[in-house]
Parts: sequence; C-alpha cells; structure tokens
Amino acid sequence: MAESRSAILGRISQALGHEATADAPAVVQRVNEHARGPQPQWAEAPRERFLAKLTKVAGTYVEIASDAEIVQTVSDYLAAQNLPHRLVVAPHPLLAKVIWPEGWDVASRRAQGDDRISLAVAFCGIAETGSLMLLSGPDSPTTLNFLPDDFLCLLPTGRIVPRMEDAWALLRAERGGPPRATNLITGPSRTADVEQTIQLGAHGPRRLHVLLIAA
Amino acid sequence: MKPTTAAFSDNAHRALHDAVLQQALAKAGVGFVDKRRAALSDLPEFAALREAGRAIKDHTLANLNHYLLRFEQQVAANGGQVHWAETPEEACAAVLDICQRAGAKMIAKGKSMVGEEIAVNDALEAAGFEVVETDLGEYIIQIAHEPPSHIIAPAVHKTRAQIAKLFEDLHHHPGLTRPLETVPQIVDEARQILRDKFLSADVGITGANFLIAETGSTVIVTNEGNGDLSATLPRVHIALASIEKVVPTLEDASVLLRLLARSATGQEITSYTTFFTGPRRADDADGPEQFHVVLVDNGRSRMLGGAYHEMLRCIRCGACLNHCPVYSAVGGHAYGWVYPGPMGAVLTPLMVGLDEGRPLPNASTLCGRCEEVCPMSIPLPKLLREHRRQEFERKLAAPRSRWALAAWAFCARRPSLYRWATRFGVSLLNTLSGGRGRFRSLPLAQAWTAARDLPAPQGDTFMAQWQRRKPHG
Repeated sequence: MAESRSAILGRISQALGHEATADAPAVVQRVNEHARGPQPQWAEAPRERFLAKLTKVAGTYVEIASDAEIVQTVSDYLAAQNLPHRLVVAPHPLLAKVIWPEGWDVASRRAQGDDRISLAVAFCGIAETGSLMLLSGPDSPTTLNFLPDDFLCLLPTGRIVPRMEDAWALLRAERGGPPRATNLITGPSRTADVEQTIQLGAHGPRRLHVLLIAA
Repeated sequence: MKPTTAAFSDNAHRALHDAVLQQALAKAGVGFVDKRRAALSDLPEFAALREAGRAIKDHTLANLNHYLLRFEQQVAANGGQVHWAETPEEACAAVLDICQRAGAKMIAKGKSMVGEEIAVNDALEAAGFEVVETDLGEYIIQIAHEPPSHIIAPAVHKTRAQIAKLFEDLHHHPGLTRPLETVPQIVDEARQILRDKFLSADVGITGANFLIAETGSTVIVTNEGNGDLSATLPRVHIALASIEKVVPTLEDASVLLRLLARSATGQEITSYTTFFTGPRRADDADGPEQFHVVLVDNGRSRMLGGAYHEMLRCIRCGACLNHCPVYSAVGGHAYGWVYPGPMGAVLTPLMVGLDEGRPLPNASTLCGRCEEVCPMSIPLPKLLREHRRQEFERKLAAPRSRWALAAWAFCARRPSLYRWATRFGVSLLNTLSGGRGRFRSLPLAQAWTAARDLPAPQGDTFMAQWQRRKPHG
C-alpha cells in the first residue's frame, strides 16, 4: 500500500511536472479563500423561498410563534397522521425545556430500528433549495434523521440562510469545521428506481415535517 | 466483471430485438431528457456554473498530487485512514483487510460505480462475507445477478413486472403473501427486507461523489437515504473513491452539486447530500467507530496530462447516456462492462484495453449531443475519435476497413484525384440507378439497403456546381 501510494503520486507528479506537497502555497491559498462560484439569484425573501422549495419536494411545514407551541403542534401532527404518542427526540437544548404530556412515551436518545417518529433541530435552513442542514453531535444523533418513518425538524426562522455557501460560512464561524456527518436534507426519502416513477419513503423517512419557529 | 465489450455488435443486435428491454428504454429516455431541460430553464446561472465547474476541475487536476495529499492529511487529522490502491485487486484487498480486521460478517453497500469497476462484491463474497446492495436499483440487479445498465439508474432496463417477479421468487416463502404489483408495494417490500440488513451490518461501504481536500470529507448524493444508513449504522464505514473525485473546498463542491443533480435527474438537489468527516466523535451518540477511504487509481494517473486528460473532469451524472441515440436504442448492457454510453465508450477501452473495448468508440455517429449536454464540457466526440486514431495506428481494426480508410486518405490529400473520383462515382451511380433516384439494393452496401433505400446522387458534384454558380468577378 505504501508502494502504491508512492507509485500513484509519482506518476501524477511526473505528468504534472511538480512534486507533491500538502502545503503548496497556491493550494493553501486556494483552500483558505473559500471563493464562491456563481450565485443563483431570486426575488423572494429567504423564508418565502425556503417554504416554496420545501413544498415543491413534498416536505410539509407549520409555523409557530414560540417553543410553547411545540407540544400542541406535534400533537396535531400525530393526530392528523393517526400516529401513537411515542417519539424519540434529539437531546438538544431547544427541546430540553419542552414538557411532554402525561402518558406520552418520549425518549431523548439516538434512534433505533423500531422508532416510528423523531424530532430534531436543524443547524440551519437553505432558502435556495428548501434544504435543512443537520450536524451530527451529542445534541443531534444522525440516526434520528434517517431511521423513523416520520421526521419532524425544528428550524428557527432566523436560521434560514440564502445559499449553501452561506451555510458553510455559518458552520465555520460557529463550529470551526464539519462534524462527522453533515446532512443536507431536502424533502422526504424518495426513489425512481422502479420504472422512473417517483415513490416517497424508500429507506429514509416517508414524511418530512418542518416546525418553523419564530426566532 | 468480465467484459463482453468485444461482442458489442452481437449484444446490440440482441438488445434491439428484446421487446421487454425496448419497452423499458422507451419509458426511461424521455423522462430524463425532459426533467433536465426543465431544471436548466429554471436556472439562468447554469451556463456560468458550468464554466466555473470546469475551471474547478481543471485547477484541481493540475494540482492533483497536492490536493490528494491535503485530503489524506485532513482525513487522518479527523481520525480516519486513507488506503491507496493502484489496481482493482489492491482496492479489493484493502477492503477485505478492513472487513476481516473488524470481524465482519454482513456488509451493507451503498451505490458505487468504483465498486462496480473493482468488482468489490465478487471479492467480498469469495472471501465469505454476505454483501447486500441497499440502493433499490442496485438491489434489484444484485438479486437478478446482472450488472448495472445505467450509471445513476442501474435497473432502468427492468420493468415493474420483472422486478415484482424477482421479489416474489426471492422473498416469498409459502404462507407469506403480500401483494406485489404497484410501485409503492414494490418499494415498501424492499424497505422492509433491507431494514434488517442495515441494522445487522458490521461494515457499510459507500461510494463518493466528491472528496473535499479542505476538510477531508467524502460526499454522497442520494435520494433514498440508503447511503446514509449504510454509513451510520454499521461499526465501520468504508468510502470507495477514485483519485479524480477530489475538489479543494466546500464552496467548490457546492458549484458541482448544482450541476450534478440537474444534469442527472433534473433535481435542484437530491433528497440527501451528505458530507462524512472522520469516524464517530467522542461524545457522538451514533456513527461508525472507523472511517476508511480507499483511493482507487486504476489507470487514471496515466490519463493525466495525456490525450484523455479531459475525461477526468467527469462527475458521473449520466446526461451523456440519456441523450445518446446509441445508448437509447441498445441500453447499457450491450456495452459489455461497467460504464455505458458515451462516457463509457471513452473510459472502457482505457480500463479494459483497446483490444477488448474497440467496438465502443466506433459505435457512435459522433453527433455531438453528449458534449452539448455534458456539465463538464468534456469533448466526448473528440476523445472517441482519438480512440479510433489509436486503433488505426496500432493496426487493431480489420484489414479491410484499414485499407479503405488508407485509400480514402490517399485521395482526400490529392484534390484533383478526389474530384475526379467523386465525379466518376456520381455519374456511375446516376447511370446505375436508371433515373429512379434511389437503390433498393446495391453490391457492397447490403448493410444499408437491407433496411432502407440508398439515395442516388442527384445531378452534379458540389465542386462542379460551385464552378458553375459562383459569382464572377
């Protein structure tokens, strides 16, 4: 393997006419600049754009004024989908204060195979494509985003940024760099592998419901 | 997989007469083309992004050694490990070694074209591991024991009835009956069956659409969520990637992501775009304990700086397949190896050898539609012509066609001889056609006249008409 490494790098260096270094000045500068490519433009405000794009990819949403409305909103969703009062929520500070009704089975942990409903908090939203960005970490286990049938996600309105590049800037400013998993989630899971017919709920969540909270 | 590319002509004949395949291809082709067109018309910046994307790839390739080292350094800094492989055999050996050290039994696999290229499933199964493809399309062809026929829609050649039959035969034991006819029923069946596989897998293998030098991340672009489950639930995550997948920064990946999804499926972005950076962190509640990247060369470093250099810009969107009249007529299996369509006709001879792969660059009208739709502006027709040139130079083509080409080239370089020959040909064919303007059959041209008439030349040669009509003075 060490021989393969030097053989591959050797051939590349020969073809390019320069030796390999991880800190070549031009490369270091290029990597640190974070130069953006052409930025798509649109007329709507970020919130309007985000919601329009989310709806286009079969995501649903509800707007709430404060975290006092989280329980009622989740309750309404469960009733509308005819689902039991059993969910697994992310151990996130924004959800820690929520007092779930007596009789509900609410666990705060990673998801397991038989969890049907999850609730997590997005790091930010991206208006351009209606995407949610979730960062893995103790307050946001990645399994919550993918295993359950119904994925509910809290997103503060003020955390909607225009484009993917703005999300990277926010990520660097607040976290330094990416965590183990950085998920850009745009609508529920889907497949078109059977006769090009789009079918939701392939392996990931069948439904994606965003709780847009004024903040 | 053993290539059957040399038999392209027979493969294509069989495909053209396969009614079920033709039905599946007819359904697929138009959908991809229409969706891409609609997505592009919604983004006025597409042309500018295409220019920027090409510049990113050109810059990265010109500094590929630096960026690969930088990527390796960052993967290590995040607690992961990079394994370098010159050949498919070395790549498979690296994967086997990781799986054996982890004491693995079951391996959940996300879609990876490099995985197909190195035939990693065969290697794993031969070593006694159970491997399950988890992308629905890949799962379908795995249980059908077939290779993919499209780089982004591997089971595009299968009809719903064929898929239902495959599932019926494999999953349904006596006494267990679930209806399996509609698309939702088929997708749900796969969801149920594969869910258990994800949960019990020891190792998850995914591909990588991009590698980020800045952060040491591997990126996957999917719609089903299977790649994320494969990379999150098992104890070990292995990302298979070829060396040209690296780009400098997250911003660079953002440009290419905008091009990729639109060119591939007509989406603005896929349901899931994920950046994996190292293994589970100390305080994470989930994620794999090990993160490995197997970097595969398999001939790519030899393409660098050579006649096929530009092919290294390819981001595997499949737009050239969807817009190719040859691919649309015969489907992917006729190409006889992993990569079909125009990009496959360039890559296959480079990877399996020109002796085996030489029918592919010839099975093209060089109509140029592939280059037109390529988001990376790869001059595919030029690269196909380069293969033909090599084939001629290395005397691989049949003596008859080489002789005919040499004779044509001799005439074409002598204008007066060429003019005399065309004049003679025109008047001969004119006479032979007896004024009917077409031939129903003609010696030496049966391949043409078997299916249609050959038009006879009308009137004079172009040069003669030009001499007569050109404005005087």
